[in-house]
Amino acid sequence: MFRTLSLTAVTALSLGIGAAHAASEEVEIVDYDFPFEGIFGAYDTNQLQRGLKVYTEVCAACHGLERVSFRTLHDENGPALPEDQMRAYAQNFEVFDEALADGQGDYRPAAPADYFPGSNVANAPDLSLMAKSRAGFHGPHGTGLAQLFKGMGGAEYIASLMTGYHEEPECALEMETPMDGYYNVSFANGGFPDACKDDHGHHTVPGSWISMPPPLLGEDIDYDDGHSNSLEDEAMDVAAFLMWAAEPKMTARKEAGFTGVIFLLVLSGLLYLTNKKIWAPHKKKLED
Amino acid sequence: MAGIPHDHYEPSSGGEKWLHKRLPILGIAYDTLMIPTPKNLNWMWIWGIVLTFTLVLQIITGIVLVMHYVPHVDMAFASVEHIMRDVNGGHMIRYFHANGASLFFVAVYLHIFRSLYYGNYKAPREVTWIIGMLMYLLMMGTAFMGYVLPWGQMSFHGTAVITGLFGAIPFVGESLQTWLLGASAVGQPALNRFFSLHYLMPFILLGLTIVHIWAFHTTGNNNPTGVEVRRTSKEEAAKDTLPFWPYFVIKDLFALAIILAVFMAIVGFMPNYLGHPDNYIPANPLATPSHIVPEWYFLPFYAILRAFTADVWVVQIVNFVTFGIVDAKFFGVLAMFGAIAVMALAPWLDTSSIRSGRYRPTFKWWFSLLVVDFIVLMWVGAQPTDFPYDWISLIAATYWFAYFLVILPLLGVLEKPLPIPATIEDDFAAHYDSKTGGTKTLVNPAE
Repeated sequence: MFRTLSLTAVTALSLGIGAAHAASEEVEIVDYDFPFEGIFGAYDTNQLQRGLKVYTEVCAACHGLERVSFRTLHDENGPALPEDQMRAYAQNFEVFDEALADGQGDYRPAAPADYFPGSNVANAPDLSLMAKSRAGFHGPHGTGLAQLFKGMGGAEYIASLMTGYHEEPECALEMETPMDGYYNVSFANGGFPDACKDDHGHHTVPGSWISMPPPLLGEDIDYDDGHSNSLEDEAMDVAAFLMWAAEPKMTARKEAGFTGVIFLLVLSGLLYLTNKKIWAPHKKKLED
Repeated sequence: MAGIPHDHYEPSSGGEKWLHKRLPILGIAYDTLMIPTPKNLNWMWIWGIVLTFTLVLQIITGIVLVMHYVPHVDMAFASVEHIMRDVNGGHMIRYFHANGASLFFVAVYLHIFRSLYYGNYKAPREVTWIIGMLMYLLMMGTAFMGYVLPWGQMSFHGTAVITGLFGAIPFVGESLQTWLLGASAVGQPALNRFFSLHYLMPFILLGLTIVHIWAFHTTGNNNPTGVEVRRTSKEEAAKDTLPFWPYFVIKDLFALAIILAVFMAIVGFMPNYLGHPDNYIPANPLATPSHIVPEWYFLPFYAILRAFTADVWVVQIVNFVTFGIVDAKFFGVLAMFGAIAVMALAPWLDTSSIRSGRYRPTFKWWFSLLVVDFIVLMWVGAQPTDFPYDWISLIAATYWFAYFLVILPLLGVLEKPLPIPATIEDDFAAHYDSKTGGTKTLVNPAE
């Protein structure tokens, strides 16, 4: 299911010149295997549908998805819901339509061209681009080469975050006032107690405290396709769904990229031969 | 210096003669395309074509993007997502444009370092070099303003940091910053004017490209030997050169196709690798990202900007001598622009009588160190500012200045150059010696 557990150093940079900067923090990001990785990787329709169900039943209680339209759930390279199911899904939502009630505006059931609602909770970020606005992998040594081989790691980050809730570390248990939020080994920018820092201000435990309670515990959702609903499966399914939500045109892009590379390589082969041929007399003349 | 003698356009048909009397446009096109070009140019002479292509690519993709983009603080981010999700082919066009900026800078850095190694900047090509430096500055301005337009977190806070640099200028800084932004902080006025300038500046670049080409078509190309084309007669010049069409057009197109294959792979398979995830978060003035890093192509100069902190003795002396007018922040800004200025002054700082680094045994080492220095600066520019990165960036920044201000002037006097070939024809013949089997290239190990 997953290959390696990577410790990623997230280094906080200073703002501008001479400003103070935070000490380096470590988070644990699991390098999950997703079907959409690699040059020929594509979204798994069934996985996206399962992820949609996780999103609908769990995430949507607080988070929004306001840049995704319902009609795209019907996309062949996306969740590929049959059209009637997509329309029925949209009708579960109400949207405010300014044109109704003689310009007064009124609520109506959502149509395929409408968008998912935004977040219900003020500090719950919209999830439309979450998988692209987080990088799971960094380094080594600030070079960014890890992303070259593993990908940006946005989906891995989301899945790791879902499975990253742990018992609070010992250093935090000794504190008089407990930390707000929940300890998560994959979350970088949350609260962090001084009790868990060493003399140099470096973190002694990975992750930080996140205000979101553990959204998934495993076996929360009954999948229609009978797929395993362990915590890890649910986490990967919703991460895959959010990757699609952030990059719905990925399959078309990879196909265009592959066609383009092949075309350009053939073209460069032809140009190589042309170049060789036109230069040959001038290079050969010297042999005489 | 007179141009290289060659055959000029002669209108043959009646229609051509008619047009030529009124507008010699075919003549200009012919003479430009058939310009005698040193036949020993190596593969580092392809970047000009790559740059021209990239400029056109950026303009064309940019024009299409503008058809769908909305320069408003409340709608800019959403309009980019609209391009990514709803516009036909929009996601490809935007990824081409965003990664096109990186292709542009890869090519321009290789183009610049090519010229630094082969001494292209030296007389009589100083004007070509200066125009090139102006183009490079314009490119940086254009790229910076383009990065503001998606109005993501890095757009917004990057703009705040970079325009804040102008605020460091003594006396007028604050007014200047306000004037640039059109307000006291980054907002709608800044977005609108950056959009306007981002659209304008590529066309100035296009104009300067023509002047740049005009300048080196007047002096003739430099070449890996640094030896000038013989130009006493057409016959002699023809021994050193071949016409640009078809010899160099096909060669350059071949190289361009290979480079575009790599570019296409990046756009197709990892289009966000060179960007920052933070820029997929809509701009929020109230939430500053935990680390603000410029795009990779600004990092070397960003590193120089940050290298000179208040605890560096040079900064302290300058601060004392100027009665505190030049503080550490302003010193950093001066150093960043100075780093480009000293590069622009290379024609007058390099005292060597030999043009090409190929025949300068000591120069080769210092130049290699400069290349390493540039890569180190690029890396350290994205690192924190504490130990050991502060020392690394200070040493690397110092070497950058030392190379141009100390090493280049001294080397010309101290160095004993190797013998240079008498003619380009000789150099070409040595590379394609019949004894080594026809077209086998003898690679100079230091290149």
